[in-house]
Amino acid sequence: MKTGSTPSKNKHRQRLWLLSMLLILGVFLSLSLGRYSNDPVKVLNVILSKLGLSVPVDPAMVSIIFNVRLPRVLASVMVGAMLSLSGAVYQSVFRNPLVSPDLLGVSSGAAVGASAAILLGMGLATRQIFAFVGGMLAVFITSLVPRLLRNRTNMMLVLSGIIVGGFLSSVLAIMKYLADEQTQLASIVYWQLGSLASILAEDLQAILPVFLGCSTLLLLLSWRINILSFGELEARTLGVNLRQVRSIVIICASLLTASAVSVSGTIGWVGLVIPHLSRLLSGSDNTRSLPTTLLVGAGFMLVIDTIARTLTTVEIPLSILTGFVGAPLYAILLYKQRARLE
Amino acid sequence: MDAILQVRDLGFSYDGSRQIFKAISFDVNAGEIICLVGPNGIGKTTLLNCLAGLWAPLEGSVLLDGKNMAGMPARDIARMIGYVPQTLHPSFDYTVLEYVVTGNAPWLNIFEKPGPEHYQRAEEALEQMAISHLADKPYTRLSTGELQQVSIARAIAQKARLILMDEPTAHLDYGNQLKVLRLIKGLSAKGYAVVLTTHNPDQVLLLDAKTAVIDHQSLFHFGAWQDILTEELLSGMYGTALRLTRVEGVDRMVCIVPGL
Repeated sequence: MKTGSTPSKNKHRQRLWLLSMLLILGVFLSLSLGRYSNDPVKVLNVILSKLGLSVPVDPAMVSIIFNVRLPRVLASVMVGAMLSLSGAVYQSVFRNPLVSPDLLGVSSGAAVGASAAILLGMGLATRQIFAFVGGMLAVFITSLVPRLLRNRTNMMLVLSGIIVGGFLSSVLAIMKYLADEQTQLASIVYWQLGSLASILAEDLQAILPVFLGCSTLLLLLSWRINILSFGELEARTLGVNLRQVRSIVIICASLLTASAVSVSGTIGWVGLVIPHLSRLLSGSDNTRSLPTTLLVGAGFMLVIDTIARTLTTVEIPLSILTGFVGAPLYAILLYKQRARLE
Repeated sequence: MDAILQVRDLGFSYDGSRQIFKAISFDVNAGEIICLVGPNGIGKTTLLNCLAGLWAPLEGSVLLDGKNMAGMPARDIARMIGYVPQTLHPSFDYTVLEYVVTGNAPWLNIFEKPGPEHYQRAEEALEQMAISHLADKPYTRLSTGELQQVSIARAIAQKARLILMDEPTAHLDYGNQLKVLRLIKGLSAKGYAVVLTTHNPDQVLLLDAKTAVIDHQSLFHFGAWQDILTEELLSGMYGTALRLTRVEGVDRMVCIVPGL
């Protein structure tokens, strides 16, 4: 009994290593796949040449790997990690395993923000800021409604999310109605389905600080997040500065979602399904499930985005794929968890 | 030894006008069991929550280790007071050990995670509650009686000197009610002070506890149960005739209803 926590800790470390290795392998394979060439050996050669260990054979390949595929692959990894991590954190803080960033209206808020920027003809940097502000505003309103109604139950929060989400989708509809059909409307619709096709290295630079900063902070707070998930009474009697920790955590999670969504558009299911899958792998303790979620989410999005750009000659929007994969996966997970959920 | 908790002229109101209780004064010493007794809605839980520092009193004060609790950080309070809620509402299936180890929270800084010594402290707490065999079980799958033990174990892992319990027997079957009462007795024998609320006046006699009563006229009584509990007070409080009598064969005082 005294050693009870040690073997499972080693197992957890091994699992994280395995997932990291799989992710790196996945990144390499994904870099090898594409319209121009499907040769892993060539990719290996390009990478080695960049490290000064060999001579590049194909200059065009170098450009494709580093300017086209690599930013996109890294973006998919980051976006997947960000959405999954924030979903897991939302679920813990709001004590509801059914909550996802979409359910609290962050995504639809970000969509309204981004669409506004598109309508105003703003550039990508401004669009990111608009998406972020929209997302934060939405989650703020969602959390305000239960407080105003003096009913802070989980159910009220979910209902509040539906209210805010519903309202925002109408706002979005007005924007689409007003948008120029040829240019703006297409951008908005495409944005809403989620895509990383037009990702640039600069976009990565824009979201990287948020990704690193917020993820680090959330992983550092992972044990405190366990305590938040017990509810207000227990957290306070354990001496936790509830408001401080909860605000940091919600702001970080919203920042992650809003940043991810601002470069990729809205992507459904990831933030809901991946945390469930990860808890099944590592247990519910957030000190373990959050790092697991981060890696699994990154890998999941990598696979999805690779399929999106290679399966057919045209790009498949991401939300279509995450829905096709995520929804059945969620059903399977619920079936596996049925005894735990009672 | 000085009292752990000193309650002085405490009064509370949710809205600032209608007072739930007032002029409450008593001390809690190490090893003491104090039962807050009274009918539903009289403010037992409210008083308990004031003692826990969850709600600020309208008037008067609560001194923890001689210091006014009003200005204390939640963390300093949690180092001395453990709180066992009436029921736990698990949302995620943490294992019992993962749950109990969170008792270390007031002893760790915000970014710290529990290390081996904290897990060991949690395991020791489980041992004290004789539930070591539950350590790796998800706490969502426990019976209400087991949950109560887990909750008390966490207060022990917290190194609290005073444990507050809100209706610890409310959702338990008769066997488990008695088990929890025995655990409370055991805690007091180990030097923990325990303040609990209860519906059942007979539990006060069983625990041989000090009693704090807010009666139906909102008057506060405090002392050894022998001095406080009278048939008149109890009958008035619960609106039904109750008898305090010694039962032959078991040789103890009981509080019973003579009939319906």
